[in-house]
Amino acid sequence: MAKSKSAYSTPGKQGKLDTHIIVVWVDNEAGVLARVVGLFSGRGYNIESLAVAEIDPKLNISRITIVTTGTPQVIEQIKLQLKKLVPVHKVADFKREDKKVIFKEMALFKIVGNQSKKEKALKACKKYNAIILDKSNKSYVIQITALRREIDLMSKNLKKLGLVSVSRTGAVAMTRGSEIFK
Amino acid sequence: MSKLYSGAEIVFKCLEDQNVEFIFGYPGGAVLPIYDELKNFNSVKHILVRHEQGAGHAAEGYARSSGKPGVLLVTSGPGATNAVTALTDAYMDSVPLVCISGQVPTHLIGTDAFQECDTTGITRPCTKHNWLVKDVKDLEKVIHKAFEVATTGRPGPVLVDIPKDVQFQKTNYTKFKKQKKLNGKATNQFSQKDIDELIKLMSKASKPIFYTGGGVINSGPKASELLRELVNMTGFPITSTLQGLGSYPGEDSQFLGMLGMHGSYEANNAMHDCDLMINIGARFDDRITGKIDEFSPKSKKVHIDIDPSSINKNVKVDLPIVGDVAEVITSTIKTIKKVKPNFAKSNNQKVSKWWEQIQKWRSINSFNFVNSTETIKPQYAVQRLYELTKNKDTYITTEVGQHQMWAAQHYKFDKPNRWMTSGGLGTMGYGLPAAVGVQVAHPNKLVIDIAGEASVLMTMQEMSTAVQYSLPIKIFILNNEYMGMVRQWQELLHDKNYSESYTAALPDFVKLAEAYGCVGIRAQTPEELDDKIIEMINTDRPVIFDCRVDKQENCFPMIPSGKAHNQMLLGPKDQKENKITGKGKTLV
Repeated sequence: MAKSKSAYSTPGKQGKLDTHIIVVWVDNEAGVLARVVGLFSGRGYNIESLAVAEIDPKLNISRITIVTTGTPQVIEQIKLQLKKLVPVHKVADFKREDKKVIFKEMALFKIVGNQSKKEKALKACKKYNAIILDKSNKSYVIQITALRREIDLMSKNLKKLGLVSVSRTGAVAMTRGSEIFK
Repeated sequence: MSKLYSGAEIVFKCLEDQNVEFIFGYPGGAVLPIYDELKNFNSVKHILVRHEQGAGHAAEGYARSSGKPGVLLVTSGPGATNAVTALTDAYMDSVPLVCISGQVPTHLIGTDAFQECDTTGITRPCTKHNWLVKDVKDLEKVIHKAFEVATTGRPGPVLVDIPKDVQFQKTNYTKFKKQKKLNGKATNQFSQKDIDELIKLMSKASKPIFYTGGGVINSGPKASELLRELVNMTGFPITSTLQGLGSYPGEDSQFLGMLGMHGSYEANNAMHDCDLMINIGARFDDRITGKIDEFSPKSKKVHIDIDPSSINKNVKVDLPIVGDVAEVITSTIKTIKKVKPNFAKSNNQKVSKWWEQIQKWRSINSFNFVNSTETIKPQYAVQRLYELTKNKDTYITTEVGQHQMWAAQHYKFDKPNRWMTSGGLGTMGYGLPAAVGVQVAHPNKLVIDIAGEASVLMTMQEMSTAVQYSLPIKIFILNNEYMGMVRQWQELLHDKNYSESYTAALPDFVKLAEAYGCVGIRAQTPEELDDKIIEMINTDRPVIFDCRVDKQENCFPMIPSGKAHNQMLLGPKDQKENKITGKGKTLV
């Protein structure tokens, strides 16, 4: 075995990676997003997508939804580290496969082409709550809401139907039924 | 109408209400209004340092030796960036610091103004929290909150950035009442069930060990007393991390010495072979665990820590107990007394074999070294320093490197808060300014910085501070002309290619001392060492002690990188018997 030339230990076994959705309630104050994002980048955690907006203007609370991947140990660390941040109120965490939670992302597609292409594109989007936000002779802007992988698929499939521009949000999440996140 | 105070006045009102006696700082354009108020607040004494990093480390030394938060005051831009190393150091070693920095006026923020930098942005990852105060009405609340965050839960540094115009603005000040018992965000989460489980594990164990760390010190002097009671009542062996030294008496027979990369053979082997590890206020740092996959494979692990994020971060544990060390130990002792009043007696036999094994490891005497009559061995120098100062309630700080490890191995502490060293960040240049801070907190005690000649030059300018305030700190330099730890790694791992680890032009430390207006002493032979040390102790002024030591000496024992606890390299004897490799013998 080659001798280690490092003063640090060699990496141990890598565990299995899971995708989790982490929801964080924070005070909506200057720099709070930088604190949360900086924690991820500083400790080498992943951010697959991020969605953030104020949800309670009176209490000044924002809700951040982060999709991340990591070993169970890393996910646990992410939660505990987030909870240590002063402006963080609570942290919830779900596996992407969790049936009790709804995850949605929104995407805007700009389709440029003749009428037939535009209609085909719109048809393809139908099952994802497609809404036409803007139309011109040559183009449509279509809004859909769907799961990440569905949007991935759509942005691939629509290429041949004149898709020229995609804009999409990170995932947002909410529990099913009457329960709320604790 | 009540009196209106300026932002600058409010800073001092807050410091007064927080019972701050000393602040370490350096003036500059963006903090001038605050400095202007200094004359009106006699209860706060300002210590003028020579570099903002020095202010930070001095505040750290002050905090760690006194248990109170350290406060530093720096200007915007370079003042703040110079403090970053000290803030990071305090963050890694959980030292409560409050850094107040000036900032350019609010209307200039973001314009690349003179001496402007994004202070809160730069210090965000190296503080527990920081604030940019844009309205003087928030200032009082923020500063008190800053003290709360710094000192509660797992302590750490915080920073309050105050733009110059806010320092001039006026508002009301309401007298602050300190609330008792704040735990910050990390509340005591443990329950009696956890304690019962711990005691169950303890009574089942036949090879137990306590592994204690800086958390015991941070929990206050009471925690160290409780720890002693617990260890004595169980009869278990105990080892400590670098930061935990002093929480348990270093000369006690149940103490196995420090563990980790340069820890004792018995401590590391006991950690590897134990069947129950009780971690109290330590964090499974990589210098402690060595190779994680082979770290103490046969043990049940208990982890007592105030910071929930320390649990399962590096090592998976079987029983996590989140809480303040003193409170957890109090409950444990109480429960043992109730449930198993004869714990030690009933357990004696069970652990007697374990102690036999430990004695075998101990007989190797792993901190041993080959002494010399011609040159001063650095270990010998530390041993002599210890023998000659041990009855004086001495405070020791260190720099970083070989001398730091030798100090940890050979200087024994029997009280908490007597040992200040940069463990997590490993900041060369920590010890001298830290000694300044310690001496400020304890003006009549003997304060010694065990230093290396390379480290100490990084913050040497603070000797000027020591002289200005008549702080009789002693800088005990183990001078081998090399960055010793770098040279050691190069010898062991890089085929003796001593790339840039030799300092070819060192100052004459005796003359340097004289230039600073303090006293220089040099020792070159083992014979004269004792007399010179005594001379140093008896000097009532700052001293730089140039102790010329063996240039080739390496720090042993040692766990090489990526190795397990039971694969230590032993000392020079091993090397001599094994000349073929010249790299020491790997014991399995």
